[in-house]
Amino acid sequence: MAAILEVQQLVKKYGEKTAVNGISFEIQESEIFSLLGPNGAGKTTTISVLSTLLSPTSGDAVIGGHSVTKEPMAVRKLIGVVPQDIALYEELTARENLSFWGQMYNLSGKELNTRIDQVLEQVGLSSHAKERIRTFSGGMKRRVNIGVGLLHKPRLLFMDEPTVGIDPQSRRAILDSVKELNRNGMTVLYTTHYMEEAQELSHRVGIIDHGDLIALGTQAELTRQVGEYESLQLELGEMDDAAGLAETLRKVEGVAQATVVDHNVILVTTSTEKVLAPAVSCATERNIKIHSVTIQEPNLEAVFLHLTGRALRD
Amino acid sequence: MKKIFLLGWKDLVLAFRDRAGLILMLVAPFALTLGLGFVTGGFTQSNSTGLSSVPVALVNLDEGELGKGLVDLFSSKELAGLVEPESFTDLAAARQLVDEDAIAAAVIIPSGFSASVIPDSSGGVSDPISIELYTSPSRPNSAGIVQSIVTRYLNRVEMGRIGGQVTVGQLVASGRIQPQQAAEVGAEIGKKQAENEEAFTSIRLKGEEGEAAPQFNILAYMAPGMALMFLMFTVSNGGRTLLVEKTQGTLPRLLVAPITSGQVLLGKMFGIFFTGSAQVLILILASSIIFSLKWGNPLAVLLLVLAAVTGAVGWGMLLTALVKTSGQASSIGLAVMLTFGILGGSFFDITMMPRWMQAASRITPNSWGIDGFTVLAAGGGVAAILPDIAGLLVMGSALFAISLVLFKRRGVLQG
Ligand SMILES: Nc1ncnc2c1ncn2[C@@H]1O[C@H](COP(=O)(O)OP(=O)(O)OP(=O)(O)O)[C@@H](O)[C@H]1O
Ligand SMILES: [Mg+2]
Repeated sequence: MAAILEVQQLVKKYGEKTAVNGISFEIQESEIFSLLGPNGAGKTTTISVLSTLLSPTSGDAVIGGHSVTKEPMAVRKLIGVVPQDIALYEELTARENLSFWGQMYNLSGKELNTRIDQVLEQVGLSSHAKERIRTFSGGMKRRVNIGVGLLHKPRLLFMDEPTVGIDPQSRRAILDSVKELNRNGMTVLYTTHYMEEAQELSHRVGIIDHGDLIALGTQAELTRQVGEYESLQLELGEMDDAAGLAETLRKVEGVAQATVVDHNVILVTTSTEKVLAPAVSCATERNIKIHSVTIQEPNLEAVFLHLTGRALRD
Repeated sequence: MKKIFLLGWKDLVLAFRDRAGLILMLVAPFALTLGLGFVTGGFTQSNSTGLSSVPVALVNLDEGELGKGLVDLFSSKELAGLVEPESFTDLAAARQLVDEDAIAAAVIIPSGFSASVIPDSSGGVSDPISIELYTSPSRPNSAGIVQSIVTRYLNRVEMGRIGGQVTVGQLVASGRIQPQQAAEVGAEIGKKQAENEEAFTSIRLKGEEGEAAPQFNILAYMAPGMALMFLMFTVSNGGRTLLVEKTQGTLPRLLVAPITSGQVLLGKMFGIFFTGSAQVLILILASSIIFSLKWGNPLAVLLLVLAAVTGAVGWGMLLTALVKTSGQASSIGLAVMLTFGILGGSFFDITMMPRWMQAASRITPNSWGIDGFTVLAAGGGVAAILPDIAGLLVMGSALFAISLVLFKRRGVLQG
């Protein structure tokens, strides 16, 4: 397998602020590669540079043999971009949007029409083709937004958090279609801050935080890093002082990390058996009732916790 | 090229799907034309002025009666309100005012003009000397009015000279006057005929004769002014969509498609151009049908519309290059539209304003456009509006070039 994308020491600063801090990675042909990271990690900035929208402060990336800084036009023909925010003309119909963007990607005539039909079918909007985007639900807009990126059958597709803010069914449909696209040979760079999505979709994952690529590998490789750890999730009531409890539990022997996600306290530990009893007694001391306890195998969330001391979602 | 066209077409479609925009593009100019037409129409009926009062310099170096006759004619009651004459003795000063575009024309009556026309006591005339008309190319319609006054005067003098000679000859033969008085009387007759009301029918159309159908004429003046003013809305609004596209994400999306940022900008320019042209042509067509307004030679009208839109598009692009947000674009666009409307003569005739303001009005597409439309409505052809077309095209390309530099410098076309 050949690398379709090579990122070399990529740096992007906005004035003083460093958004991407010298990251390097490769994506192989026919791979789904996920960039997993919390809000503000630098995912969109990375995609903007790779898709030639922004020029890097330093470093470069090569896509299909073309440098994004020196041959942006050649790169643009190879890639498809699904931006994080919906970028469509609200007063044009779904079909008009697809037709417009298809022509921007050099499609025309019969081929254009065939592709529009196929894409509409793919995103399940054939029956809404003649309706204006303005009248669409958020999920439908997202699907058209993705469709635009697929029209010209790009070799490499960038998808920037394509499932943000939509209902579970639409999300399911999008994840399935990403897998379907990949089965048909498309290489995908997928960014997300949902650990589950990265886990389900990707062959390899890069974890990005504060502009740094802090981990890179297959899921097995990454979880092996934290192999000795498990995570223990304590679900508390809504009114309970989760932060205070986490603070206390951090000092308990065997607890590597204690973080709060919603009203859950998540403990990363080498031994759940040893930690569970003190955790429960700490909670009781503080008059906190534990609603449920979940023990999880190490996952990407645990990897992130281990590496940063923070939860992926805040 | 196809993509640029498509980008423009997309903007045209979007502009015509925007209801609020349509109201400002098409409904507002119509309503204002009608409203202002009635208001101004009421004024002009009692006043006979209100439309134009062409500033003209008279340099009378002639010693005889004919020069004085022409000066008197310009200052006559009949022409008050149509022209605003001012006498000069300094030829250079008068020419300079024209060069500065402070006045529309200078009429120079050379020394010995009367003597070249009217026979002296010995019956001979000196070599023919012509009256010189020095006009501002940027005001073809005003200059045209001055020219037609002078021409008609000369025609009358010519007729008077033929008729006058007979008459004077007869008078001398009958012993009513002395031969040395003959020249004077001939001139008098010529002058009387030149002042003959009937001779000014076509000029008078703008003033008192308008009473027959006052609204018709006022509308004919107001309609182009309003169309041009709301054209300025369309171009600033069109420029604004570039900033809207930036925030709605379609601009960044375009910039990662296989298309250059220059093409995107040209596409936007085409979009504004298409929209503006469609708007003005629709307004013209509708007013021709609804009010039976006569805009003149269709080809010339079309060319003038395209030129006026080009000039206006230049302003739209410049505006877009200067502002940061689409909100700014809206408010500054509105301010520019109104300023240009007033300065450019969309509300009242600019020749009534101070000279510096008249000079300033030339930066507006409105001013050139109104000039051109006035000439066309009076029956002028393509040739007569070439200066206007040239002015507008130069304006459009210069502004577009400046905006390109600004767009580059300000990095508007970066994510
Ligand atoms: N145009 C900009 N000017 C200045 N700072 C910016 C700009 N765009 C992004 N940033 C900053 O750069 C950092 C990385 O932002 P980026 O949008 O790449 O993150 P992200 O991983 O895509 O986050 P999210 O999950 O919220 O989309 C953030 O701290 C952000 O505030
Ligand atoms: Mg982002």
